[in-house]
Amino acid sequence: MRRVVITGAGTVNPLGQTVSETLDALAVGRVAIGPLDLADARLSTRIGAAVRGFDPSDRLSARQMAVADRFSQFALIAAAEAVAAAGPGALPPGAGVILGSAGGGLASSEAAYRAVFAEGAARVHPFTLPRLMANAATSLVSMAHGLRGPSFTLSTACAASNHAIGLAFQMVRSGAAPAMLAGGSEAMLTFGGLKVWEGLRVLSDTGCRPFSADRDGLVMGEGAGVFVLEERDRALARGAPILAEVAGFGMSADAGDIVAPDPEGAAAAIRAALADAGLAPGAVGYINAHGTGTLLNDRSESAAIRAVFGEDAAAIPVSSTKGLHGHLIGAAGAVELLAVILALGQGVIAPSGAGHVRDPNCGLDIVAGRARQASVRAALSNAFAFGGLNAVLALRAA
Amino acid sequence: MTTEADVIAILARQSGVCADRIGPATEVAALGLDSLGLVETVFALEERFGVSIPFNANTDPGDRDFDLRTVAGIVAGLEALKARPAAA
Repeated sequence: MRRVVITGAGTVNPLGQTVSETLDALAVGRVAIGPLDLADARLSTRIGAAVRGFDPSDRLSARQMAVADRFSQFALIAAAEAVAAAGPGALPPGAGVILGSAGGGLASSEAAYRAVFAEGAARVHPFTLPRLMANAATSLVSMAHGLRGPSFTLSTACAASNHAIGLAFQMVRSGAAPAMLAGGSEAMLTFGGLKVWEGLRVLSDTGCRPFSADRDGLVMGEGAGVFVLEERDRALARGAPILAEVAGFGMSADAGDIVAPDPEGAAAAIRAALADAGLAPGAVGYINAHGTGTLLNDRSESAAIRAVFGEDAAAIPVSSTKGLHGHLIGAAGAVELLAVILALGQGVIAPSGAGHVRDPNCGLDIVAGRARQASVRAALSNAFAFGGLNAVLALRAA
Repeated sequence: MTTEADVIAILARQSGVCADRIGPATEVAALGLDSLGLVETVFALEERFGVSIPFNANTDPGDRDFDLRTVAGIVAGLEALKARPAAA
């Protein structure tokens, strides 16, 4: 069976607008959550993790700027960094792109609705549709890099990036494509994007503290992460940098509740990823948790990890970097994969957030406050979506 | 209708428990609402009374600014909110 490696990475996220900036921020546990600029008396949400100072106009063409919603701009910038990092020849004919997004072009949708419903406009901008469509980011990335292979967008809420990367992994492993771009992008820090999360009563006013006894909810973020996945032999032959090996992928569905997670479903996806990778549970040196900072996720994910790893669960370092960069929803797994790459490549486990109060109900070794040095040879990255759709990636050091 | 009767009607509709069996001392937890049901109940109360109820699904019921544990607690909380100008 072909082996699949990551040879390029790119990102725009609240911690940084390049991979190196992001890795540096993860390594020092910098928190990028702060007051939101979006002021509206009808929003009770005051904090978020925004990409500050994002101005892609010097890196995107006028045409791209005109048709690309913010979520597509994030994807284009992240993809360009990943392709450049992977070096010449990384994406041969047959390569494609799979990106995840939960909301697509929300800002574009909202602007058009506001114009016609609130302001009585008779027409909307002609690019409204190509801006808002959920596949816009994938299409624009394929156009930017001449990728004519299998390409599509998938939308599984908070698990979308992991599903995208997992499917791209399977396609390269099976020979369906020689290489793929994969990841996710999201720009949900809009009035409507925040409002719907407010409605569910799961947002925090104080910060995101995954697995901490004083948690009080999640904090919304935005951004993108994109990776080049290619066959290992091919990558070695062309002397490409290898960031990590994608060793396995596991998926499951809870078939339970539309929002409440089920530990059984999460555990099934973790077990499937381990089995697919041929990894013994004892070989896992780090788990990048889904860790949203909600009570329900923390309890369910902790139970799932304990169910899979048993007595060993308490000995595996776990962190959720959502405490630093917020919840990037459809881009979450992609940006969190950078924390896994940091652990595998540099032996640095990024912390969950600034403060941590041990929660006896979790029973895990939570890395928080500051990063931890550890030799990590294999790691998992969890993503569990609303709607009970679970996607877990297993990775090995290069 | 009184505030209490309205609250009971909303809880009855959300939980499927007959309104006759809900009184001031009834524990909301005993009505069998799941987390989504509780969130929808808070929304229904806000819409009915035109107030914003401080409620975060991630905190324990005892720690909340608004007492959602009993019918009497909800009624007292609503009366206090109605006495103040509503935010939205």
